[in-house]
Amino acid sequence: MNNVLGDKKAVAILLGPALLVYTLAMLIPVFWSLGYTFLSGNAITGFTFAGLSNFAKLFSDPAVGEALWFTIRYAIIITAGQVFLGYLLSLLYVFALRRGSSLIRTLVFFPVVLPTVAVALLFQKMFEIAPQNGLVNSALNAFGMGSIDWFGDGTRAFWVIIIMDLWRSMGFYAVLLYTGLVDIPEDILESARLDGAQGLRLIRHIVLPLSMPVLLSSVIFSINGTLKVFDSIVALTNGGPGSATTPLTLHMFRTSFTYGDYGYGSSIALLLTILCLIVTLFIFRSSRRDLTKD
Amino acid sequence: MVSVVSRPKARVFAPVVVSAGALALLLTGCGAGGGGNSAQGSKEFSYLTNVENTTIRGELETLSKEQCKAENDAAPLKVETVPQTGLDQKLQLLAGQNALPVQFAAGNAPALTQDLEKSGNILDFEKAFADMGMTDAVLPGAVSTIKALYGGKLNVLPYQYNVEGVWYNKKLFADNNITAPKTWDEFAEASEKLKAAGVTPLSASGEQGWPLTRLLSGYLFSDLGPDAMKKVADGEAKLTDPEYVKAAEAIADLGAKGYFGQGVGSIDYDTAANQFMSGKAGMFYMGSWILSNFNDKEANKIGEENIGFLPFPKVSGGEGIDNQYAANVGLPMTFNAKKYDDKASAWLKCIATNYGSSALKNANSISGFKQNAPVENVPPLVKSTQETVNNTTESVLWFEALFSTKATTTSQTNAAGLVSGSITPQKFMELVQNDLNAK
Repeated sequence: MNNVLGDKKAVAILLGPALLVYTLAMLIPVFWSLGYTFLSGNAITGFTFAGLSNFAKLFSDPAVGEALWFTIRYAIIITAGQVFLGYLLSLLYVFALRRGSSLIRTLVFFPVVLPTVAVALLFQKMFEIAPQNGLVNSALNAFGMGSIDWFGDGTRAFWVIIIMDLWRSMGFYAVLLYTGLVDIPEDILESARLDGAQGLRLIRHIVLPLSMPVLLSSVIFSINGTLKVFDSIVALTNGGPGSATTPLTLHMFRTSFTYGDYGYGSSIALLLTILCLIVTLFIFRSSRRDLTKD
Repeated sequence: MVSVVSRPKARVFAPVVVSAGALALLLTGCGAGGGGNSAQGSKEFSYLTNVENTTIRGELETLSKEQCKAENDAAPLKVETVPQTGLDQKLQLLAGQNALPVQFAAGNAPALTQDLEKSGNILDFEKAFADMGMTDAVLPGAVSTIKALYGGKLNVLPYQYNVEGVWYNKKLFADNNITAPKTWDEFAEASEKLKAAGVTPLSASGEQGWPLTRLLSGYLFSDLGPDAMKKVADGEAKLTDPEYVKAAEAIADLGAKGYFGQGVGSIDYDTAANQFMSGKAGMFYMGSWILSNFNDKEANKIGEENIGFLPFPKVSGGEGIDNQYAANVGLPMTFNAKKYDDKASAWLKCIATNYGSSALKNANSISGFKQNAPVENVPPLVKSTQETVNNTTESVLWFEALFSTKATTTSQTNAAGLVSGSITPQKFMELVQNDLNAK
């Protein structure tokens, strides 16, 4: 194998096609978009050089601040929730349900394979108030409480999005972490049990440290996905009410394609890229070890 | 694996060459989809419109089978739809790729259509009609409304020529001893009585937003005069001026009193119309395009005879005109100048000749096209509305008519918040004014 990979031609054959596609579909558009940040205008009206004015606008635009804050809040809560719930589920699979977990695993995983738009419509109907009450409001009414306009208020709409996205994705993280837990050697667990570690103590001192690498991968995976959230929010609230649930991605999309300002839209995209980069670097540094080893 | 590298060079690089070639083909294939049509001339009469408006689409489909069959055989009508809220995005993307269809719904904001016009995407209908010898194809009233909106140019077609006002349920009014409101105070009183009777006073789609901002502009025009929004567009006044904020407060007040019912932000266009047509709502601010829904006997449970039409209630002491109606050309449609060839021209001629009478006859829809044949058996409500259209000499525009795309979006997405109380009237006007300043 070393022989093959030492040969430059073989490397070119193996990497060439993938690299070509990656360059054409990723790198060129990325740098192209970077170029747009110095321009203003759009494909219809043509472009004019704008210097650094797009960046100056970035810092004074309250809409960007609002979208950034929403994105960060969403990413932190969803990441924590996804990984935490996923971990609890995976512990449930491994230690409580054991062999019989496959049915539960499948059921919890099921929302992952559903189309986002379908899930969003489902939640829209569930939390509906007009023209008729959805499941949630009907339940509230049954307990003698009044109906709530879930999508009429930014904070409430935010929590509906959180509930939906957690429901939709926790099954995925459960399976991911489950594979990590299954990898923990049975003899280590066995000897820990013989030493008297049971229940929470076993998890705290044996299982948690041993599953740390896969947990960290999950966090990186999750936070980079959640910073880029787009489809589920567009389908559920379309950024509303007003702009209360508009993440950076949606704001960027609107700025570019609805308001026709490609340059400023690209600047917002750059901000998002930098944000993702900082978060990833931060997590990598704090982990300080190669996650593929161990 | 080792044997692979020891093969002759040509074979070694074959996969690379093949994949590069395939990719190149793929890329050129993508490119041709956009620009190719214009070079070859239009094989079809492609038409992009919004999902919500079924009248124009349906009527064009009827024409394609009847009066415009020959044109349809030469270039078949092909309809594509997009939700109204996504229309502006779609148009900008298509225009950027030079892939606009032959006919398309002009953007939500006339500002977008003017941008498209500057880049040579919009047909000059005045010239096109002159070339066909049909200078009188569009009614003068419609021509002046279009020119007021589109910087003095005939850039769109008036498939629908509408007046907007308040539709009310005569039976509910009679049952609750309410007289048709003429002033804003009477309007609020009527709403209060309807609410007390357990009926939603005003049906409106907060999801669309514009049915709510129409009330705002109606109030502004009535209070400050027909040039209220022009002053804002020209920078002579600001939406944050106290007299403008007062109008937003009046609309927010309707919401605070619960006149729009629960969850106005989730109510879409069809739901709002159905609330009114099922007798669950007493009043409904809407344009006269809604007549085709009113005349649909299955959808309209209250009966066409039970529906009355009122101008916008007058704000007492205001400087507005009497009998104030907002006029517009409904969902304006336009032609792509870059794909305007003989086949498209034949379609335009056939539409301009036949649409007026055909739409009135089949869909009870009032258009800005001249009627080529008198239409009989027009339902009474349509007839009376047509008379209102004919008698309206002075009309006003709407809230976002002179706004940029961004200010339009901000206004329409925040309107539900204004009436549900999640943002204050002052804040609402500030948000929109900020976007206007940025223009």
